[in-house]
Amino acid sequence: MKPSSKNPNWNLLGLLPAHLIMLLTLIIPIGIIIVVSFSTRGPYGGFEYVFTTAPYKQLLFNEGWTGELEFNPQYLIVVARTLLLSAVTTSICLLLSFPVAYFIALQRPTIKVLLIYLVTLPFWVSMIVRVYSWIIILGKDGVIEKTLRGLGLVDQMDSLLFGNTAMLLGLVYSYIPLMILPIFASIEKLDPALIEASHDLYGNRLTTLRRVILPLTRPGMIAGAILVFVPSLGAVLEPTLLGGGKTMMMGNLIQLQFGGARNWPLGAAIAIVLMAAVMVFLIFQGLRSMRSEGLERAA
Amino acid sequence: MNDEAGQRAPRKAVEIKGVSKVFGTYQALKPVSFDIYDNEFFTLLGPSGCGKTTLLRMIAGFEQPTAGQIFLHGSDIQGLPPHRRRVNTVFQSYALFPHMSVEQNIGFGLENLGWSKDRRDARVADMLRLVHMEAFAGRKPQQLSGGQRQRVALARALAPEPEVLLLDEPLSALDLKLRQAMRDELRILQRKTGITFVFVTHDQEEALDMSDRICVLGDGEIQQLGTPAAIYEEPSNRFVADFIGETNFLDADVIAVDGEQATVKTQFGMTLTASHKKAVAGQKAFLSIRPEKISLPAQDNPIAVDGTIMSTNYLGGYTYYLVEAGGTKLRISKRNSVSRGQMFEIGQSVKVGFAAESVRILGA
Repeated sequence: MKPSSKNPNWNLLGLLPAHLIMLLTLIIPIGIIIVVSFSTRGPYGGFEYVFTTAPYKQLLFNEGWTGELEFNPQYLIVVARTLLLSAVTTSICLLLSFPVAYFIALQRPTIKVLLIYLVTLPFWVSMIVRVYSWIIILGKDGVIEKTLRGLGLVDQMDSLLFGNTAMLLGLVYSYIPLMILPIFASIEKLDPALIEASHDLYGNRLTTLRRVILPLTRPGMIAGAILVFVPSLGAVLEPTLLGGGKTMMMGNLIQLQFGGARNWPLGAAIAIVLMAAVMVFLIFQGLRSMRSEGLERAA
Repeated sequence: MNDEAGQRAPRKAVEIKGVSKVFGTYQALKPVSFDIYDNEFFTLLGPSGCGKTTLLRMIAGFEQPTAGQIFLHGSDIQGLPPHRRRVNTVFQSYALFPHMSVEQNIGFGLENLGWSKDRRDARVADMLRLVHMEAFAGRKPQQLSGGQRQRVALARALAPEPEVLLLDEPLSALDLKLRQAMRDELRILQRKTGITFVFVTHDQEEALDMSDRICVLGDGEIQQLGTPAAIYEEPSNRFVADFIGETNFLDADVIAVDGEQATVKTQFGMTLTASHKKAVAGQKAFLSIRPEKISLPAQDNPIAVDGTIMSTNYLGGYTYYLVEAGGTKLRISKRNSVSRGQMFEIGQSVKVGFAAESVRILGA
């Protein structure tokens, strides 16, 4: 009946494959990145095992000719821009997803399944292909420009591509399913009787939305926000292909250090800082939701 | 205010006029018409699927009638959304807002009505006192027991002083003991507040216990509307006699009908004359006789039949006997009024009897 209590080692053994996968694909790679971030840059890329904190210093300071450190906000600006763009992406996704998720939740079961399938459909196609397709849509002589010109609405227009707008569009497009799904799940869980109760107690549509529906679907919105915000922070494809590489985000910066700039330690350091930031954000969020649940459970 | 007319002329709280409801191709409710009076405990009773909840939801405004009109204190509420109707509902699942405290739940309707904070707080305190929940004002619904949630749901629905309070099987989620206690509380609450209660249930005992008047619904139409006693004693058809309480049905041939009375030949061979509903001379009819109205053994009953005890069920206060008599099985309940009094054995021959006044003749 209870093999676990008889032989506790079974627990460890059974979970071994999972632990091994975690170790091989998560712990060891992160360990390597941490080691690299404290190593010395190799002359032709790569790194040498010589301990230094220089990569982290480099994030904030330039080393002058004489060895003195001078403050350099260059990387901080990239961090700030990344946070801002991710936050904007998350907000746009949130605003667009709620009505979509609500609409889907109201449909008949068969249509519901179909619509959810359609929402997840893009995931079946490679991300690169999907982002490239936006180039075709937005680019010079692209679908939008041709249509507008064909209608005689404009004869000369700036390219829609290669700017913050295109990049944001790409980010929202890529991650919006991750927002729709958890919000949909939380709306599905909502007891329709609660909405009726609100109407019954003289609440109009707006009151019902504000006082009943939104507060009760907040867990889904928070989950969606995390799922969109975190990958947006590390996005590489959208800034590169749609942003034209002109406006750099942290993902590009890291990629650049490992690629063209051949500064692996700096790239690793930026990656670690990004990861630490995400972890702090998630731990904070986790504590908050744990506390609110704890409050509700307490007698 | 009704006393001005001298006579007690009850004011109509709700008027249902030819209201029907069709879902797709399914007729949930055939056209029905009746009135519910002010300060009345009115029950819609029927098996599931009889249209009682649909009717309640149409009064609340959650469903629109396919045809017909509903009046609330004389004004047509057709087309008014639920939040514009001065009617409140106690939901079967209570539907308390899980993210709000007990106080906030009760105050929700008042807030939407635009009451000032002071007035609201006073009213919420009154309501908490009314349902004995003062000590739980700050709790969240999930920290309450079923009975406590029920009270909060009642307080929340009563707080805005609705013209009519609708209760959708509010006791069905409670266990037996609590349900019994809540029946009394509901009745007291109705008298105290003087608000018209429209109560939906499938539990006939609950309906008999609490209601001023009962509307028995079956197959989407009204089967009978009347006081609990009238419905139990003078059921208007076989459906009502069968659904309300327990009864024995006997086949009979109608010999003659004279106004309220009909004379029939029973399957036991004798003829009897009793009150009837829709009996037609020369046709078949049913006799309905309640288990507690059959004497065992027969005393000086005008009608007596020989029988054999088939089974006995001892239920504390009562014992139920199944007696085979004249080719049919009669269920008889006998009060155990004397401690360890006379009990009958299975297989024992007995004489059972009843009076013609206890019989109700129902046209087939």
